Amino acid sequence: MQAATQATLDFLKLYWAPLLCGVVIVAVLPLIVGYIVLVERKLMADMQARLGPMRVGPHGLLQPIADAVKLLIKEDIIPDDADKLVFWLAPVFSVGAALLAIAGLAFGPAFQIAQDLNIGILFVVGISALGIFGIVLGGWASNSHYSLMGALRSSAQLVSYETAAGMALVCGLLFAGTLNIKSIVAAQGTQGVWFGFLAPVAFFTYLVASIAETNRAPFDLPEAESELVAGYMTEFSGFRWSLYFLAEYTNMIVVASVATTLFLGGWLRPFANVRWLNFLDYLPPLLMMGIAGYCVLRMPKQPTRVQQMFMLAVAGLCLVVAMVLAAPVLLPFVKPSLKEAVAPFYAGIHGGFWFIFKVSAYLYFFMWLRFTIPRYRFDQLMRLGWHFLIPLSIINVLVVGVALIVGSYFNLQGWALLLATTPAAIVALVAALAILSIDQKKQARQAGTAATDFYAG
Amino acid sequence: MGPQHPSTHGVLRVKLKLDGERVIGSECVIGYLHRGVEKIAENRTYQQFAPYVDRMDYVAAVSNGLGYCEAIEKLLVAEAPPRARVIRTILTELQRIASHLLWLGTHALDIGALTPLFYCFREREEILKILEKYCGARLTTHAFRIGGLQYEAYDTFEKDVERFCKDFESRIVEYETLLTNNRIWIGRTKGVGILTAEDAIAYGVTGPVLRASGVKWDIRKAMPYAAYDQYKFEIPVGTTGDTYDRYLVRMEEMRQSRLICLQAIENIPPGPIMAKVGKVLKPPPGEVYHAIEAPKGELGYYVVSDGTVQPYRVRIRPPSFINLQAFDRMVRGHLVADVVAIIGTIDIVLGEVDR
Repeated sequence: MQAATQATLDFLKLYWAPLLCGVVIVAVLPLIVGYIVLVERKLMADMQARLGPMRVGPHGLLQPIADAVKLLIKEDIIPDDADKLVFWLAPVFSVGAALLAIAGLAFGPAFQIAQDLNIGILFVVGISALGIFGIVLGGWASNSHYSLMGALRSSAQLVSYETAAGMALVCGLLFAGTLNIKSIVAAQGTQGVWFGFLAPVAFFTYLVASIAETNRAPFDLPEAESELVAGYMTEFSGFRWSLYFLAEYTNMIVVASVATTLFLGGWLRPFANVRWLNFLDYLPPLLMMGIAGYCVLRMPKQPTRVQQMFMLAVAGLCLVVAMVLAAPVLLPFVKPSLKEAVAPFYAGIHGGFWFIFKVSAYLYFFMWLRFTIPRYRFDQLMRLGWHFLIPLSIINVLVVGVALIVGSYFNLQGWALLLATTPAAIVALVAALAILSIDQKKQARQAGTAATDFYAG
Repeated sequence: MGPQHPSTHGVLRVKLKLDGERVIGSECVIGYLHRGVEKIAENRTYQQFAPYVDRMDYVAAVSNGLGYCEAIEKLLVAEAPPRARVIRTILTELQRIASHLLWLGTHALDIGALTPLFYCFREREEILKILEKYCGARLTTHAFRIGGLQYEAYDTFEKDVERFCKDFESRIVEYETLLTNNRIWIGRTKGVGILTAEDAIAYGVTGPVLRASGVKWDIRKAMPYAAYDQYKFEIPVGTTGDTYDRYLVRMEEMRQSRLICLQAIENIPPGPIMAKVGKVLKPPPGEVYHAIEAPKGELGYYVVSDGTVQPYRVRIRPPSFINLQAFDRMVRGHLVADVVAIIGTIDIVLGEVDR
């Protein structure tokens, strides 16, 4: 009897828990993406000296829901000349790939849909790259100049930058020695140092390449509004358009998660092994309490009763989260015997917090860039990819490999490994600068000839 | 491309002949906004037509009005009193800054920088507020009258202008930190849409586009009108005539306009604001051409009078229309993305191109 129960439990654990997680993700992700968009708009507004969405709900907090409803009830237009089947399929393909990639990620030591996938990172990168099919097919199926050009640009861009991103990932994986996501984070835990510190050049390369891969500014040429109207999404409207949108933001979450896992220590607290920094554990609950306090303070300033209640509700929610975060830290003080029992909860809850925190920071950087700098031109983008990032990432893999060999020869561990990797990073940087100057000289020479060409006609 | 495209600044339609993404030929199709302004002029009295000119370059209505009023004054052999001329100069220079700000914001937006637009509009709003306080309108102001001004400057006019000028000095630095030394911005604008000085002159290009090509020609200096002969200012010129140079020239022009405003408010002469021109204008038969340096270039009015209350013919030389001619020359051999940058850098307003 007991064996049967055990077997059922195992079965449930193996199949139903992931399935449940999957359902939750598919259900919740659109909401999360909606709020990421809201945060982006609010941040943009803040940096641009305006207010952003303010009408729907207090401070526009219900804007994503209004947007979603609007998109859902919009007329679904399929152009007459479009290839109907492909037009129908393309956004589904895009969003499907993005969601599948999420399945491979681990948002905490306990929360992973494809449990202990041994090809972890490879799976995520491979599947998320498939999303480009949705873009290319969509651009082709819409039968419009702008769409086709956007799709072509997108595919060229992905191919160019995927290489650099892959090389950057290889650097991180050299340190980890495994593709399994949980093991990668565990390796950073035992080493005591994030791979981002050990391979800063690789982290930088991945950062740039991941922006390009997700078609975000300054590499947002496939949907460059001022040139291609909306690129591959030009002919799409309503729900189909929102699927593309969902895919784009999901992809952002995916690349941010990959970077967090590989370079920023995943769900580990910053400096998890340093004893005297243990007070950092109090930071998450304090932060949430701070937000709750801010909400309560601002409550009287809200113009209507409903908005005041809303603020209070937000404050309450933050307070609950703060308590959940505080419990595993504070309970051992009250009852030292509980320490063992609380440990997995601590890892799960605080891990989740730090993971989300790091992913948010990464996404914030994405957004910040978007508000600040202009867009690259297509040839400049390609030049940056092929003439700079790819050589840099390849050199970096070699250099990091050498550094690792040197490190193991002298038996360097943890932070001491920096002794080997810092010179490596410097070498890679010098190489990068050399590549850049050579390229610029070449470009100047080309520009000289091209200028005469331009006006030949 | 166009006429309904996010970055053609209105209803310009550009037929592009592409080789891949490279432009091998282009043709601008205009006329979507044609209203027959010049014909309307023949059926209105001189005063009645004055508000119409505001609707040509609608982002620089004050400058349009200045050109028209001065042209008719020339025809009448009348002259606006000194006080009116100084106030006209201040308002026109503020309008130049507003027009350049709009250009900067949209040009940067076309190249993908989202934020400068909002910074620019913040300052432009201040200028529009001054205009609104002065004459009640923000965009199509009809600020001047033939012979001078209808309204006396309001009480805090000088203070408002001074405050704006003081603030604007640091604000312009803000735009420059976002763009001037930005590698991507330089990459997108340097060497793009080069117009040599000979070409620029041959096409009849004027304004910042001409000056960026290295030709030091500014009607404010060459044939001073209003009160420009009283003030010291520099004419910024470029060297290569590319989009980056045009950007630098316009930025510097905003600084110079600010200086002119500061000099002007220091000493606004007292006196009447309206010359004695009479209620019914009947200029003696004859013709006159009067040009001013509008934000976009030489804005000329050629007016023929047959001695009645209505002009016999009004021909307007709009800077945007003539600058747009050089577009094909500038765009050949560049990529589609550059087309957008070049449309932005010519700084056209379709209301003026089509009239």
